[in-house]
Amino acid sequence: MSGIDLLYQPFIEFGFMRRALAGSAALALAAGPLGVFLILRRMSLMGDAMAHAILPGVAVGFLTAGLSITAMTIGGMLTGLLVAMLAAGVARLTPQREDASFAAFYLVSLGVGVLLISLRGSNMELIHVLFGTVLGLDDGALLLVSAASSVALIVLALIFRPLVMECLDPMFLRSESRMGPVVHGAFLLLLVLTLVAGFQVLGTLMVVGIMMLPAAAARFWAGSVAGQMALAAGVGAFASYAGLLFSYYANVPASPAIILSAGIVYFISVSLGPQGGLWQVARQARARRLRLSRIPERD
Amino acid sequence: MGAVADALRSPVSAIELDQVSLGWRDKVAVRDLSGRFPRGSFTAVVGPNGAGKSTLLRGIMGWVSPLAGRIRLAGKTGTDPAFMPQQGDFDRTFPISTRDFVAMGAWRRVGPWRAFSARERERLDSALNAVGLGDFGRRPLATLSGGQLQRALFARLMLHDADIFMLDEPFSAVDRATTEDLMALLRQWNAQDKTVIVVLHDLDLVRRYFPQTLLLAGQGVAWGDTDEVLTPENLHLARHLCAGDYL
Repeated sequence: MSGIDLLYQPFIEFGFMRRALAGSAALALAAGPLGVFLILRRMSLMGDAMAHAILPGVAVGFLTAGLSITAMTIGGMLTGLLVAMLAAGVARLTPQREDASFAAFYLVSLGVGVLLISLRGSNMELIHVLFGTVLGLDDGALLLVSAASSVALIVLALIFRPLVMECLDPMFLRSESRMGPVVHGAFLLLLVLTLVAGFQVLGTLMVVGIMMLPAAAARFWAGSVAGQMALAAGVGAFASYAGLLFSYYANVPASPAIILSAGIVYFISVSLGPQGGLWQVARQARARRLRLSRIPERD
Repeated sequence: MGAVADALRSPVSAIELDQVSLGWRDKVAVRDLSGRFPRGSFTAVVGPNGAGKSTLLRGIMGWVSPLAGRIRLAGKTGTDPAFMPQQGDFDRTFPISTRDFVAMGAWRRVGPWRAFSARERERLDSALNAVGLGDFGRRPLATLSGGQLQRALFARLMLHDADIFMLDEPFSAVDRATTEDLMALLRQWNAQDKTVIVVLHDLDLVRRYFPQTLLLAGQGVAWGDTDEVLTPENLHLARHLCAGDYL
């Protein structure tokens, strides 16, 4: 087996590796672009909060119907939206800010979720929910992930213009149209949908990583929203591939390996990215010092 | 001053205020204000901090509903006023080119899905040229200076088909030259029979360019020809009513 073969051999040899790659790449294609908007709206931690918020619903679905994808998905959507609305309500009616009320609700959610699952399930099942089953995706899970990603990408394309306006200058959008709240709601819905689909693949704890890390990395390379979205999707898909390969050869769990691959891309981007990366910032600072030192000092 | 007389004689109101009170919950920002902005008028709104100037504009936009009274706008839907809020309300580091930023102004015609036609792109270019940003279209928004950003905001406003333009302190963060350039644009819009309402702090600027002034201090202190409104007595009264510092 030559060196090149090592890069694709596992995917040819094993069906579960192909399924894992298809599932996680499909997820990454939608999650990355959504993550870009979360960062642009300064809601980076919102993904985390939502991922935990869906857990009780997933658990109730699991308790009532066992490991049924449909039941867990519907449950997750319901509690995710409920937590989003409750947190927004508390932020509106009391002096507490939205980030704090969100934190409170999602922590409670996480507690309720873990408790519910351990009531009936074994520890193994709890671990499946928390860390996903990327190496054991069945047809239903694959279909759900690819359908959710397709819907997310199509809706994102439909609301792209007003969504950009809403992130950049919400007051302006408000003076131009009444679409603002609709766009905001649609975006949250897509977020929950993608997270629920993603927890099958990477688990509730890791799914946020494939959303935020590629998006955070893309910011250091692309100067436009569209460029960042495309790049984030690509980085996510690549991290899925690299992570699966690493997990295969090093014999480590797959979903952390995927997230760590995305993390490595992120660290490279922070260091070398041309849009404000450390190396570029240092070079600019040096150039500025040089320019200043050429100006003769007066006394 | 021919234009002033014309505007004052204009029988058509762009905006009519009928005993309007505006505010939030128990805090009234503007009390019992009546009057009208005639079509094609050019009015400065001045007053101490907290006099309710921004609230009045938001009320006209329909963002704050009156606690009492009525605000009537001439025309039907789709001719909503074009509004420029105070600077600092949006994210300046957003990754977008100046040209795309200005293009947002065409929203009412292109909406969420339509492509920019050749005519629309032409309008975009001429708006950028009119504010002196013709060569800045490809520059990221984040690299613009305060004055350039204000020019971009004016260009965006120019793309509206609105009949009423309302600007909230558009010159608070820009230098003299930019102010003069942008002032000339406002006068140009007004010459095209647009109604222009500007919240300002600089009384010299108001005296030089604005035929009409509304002096606010939680209520209407005076409203009419600028010379008659900006008297020492009225300004003193406004300061007293707001019990705050003024200029």
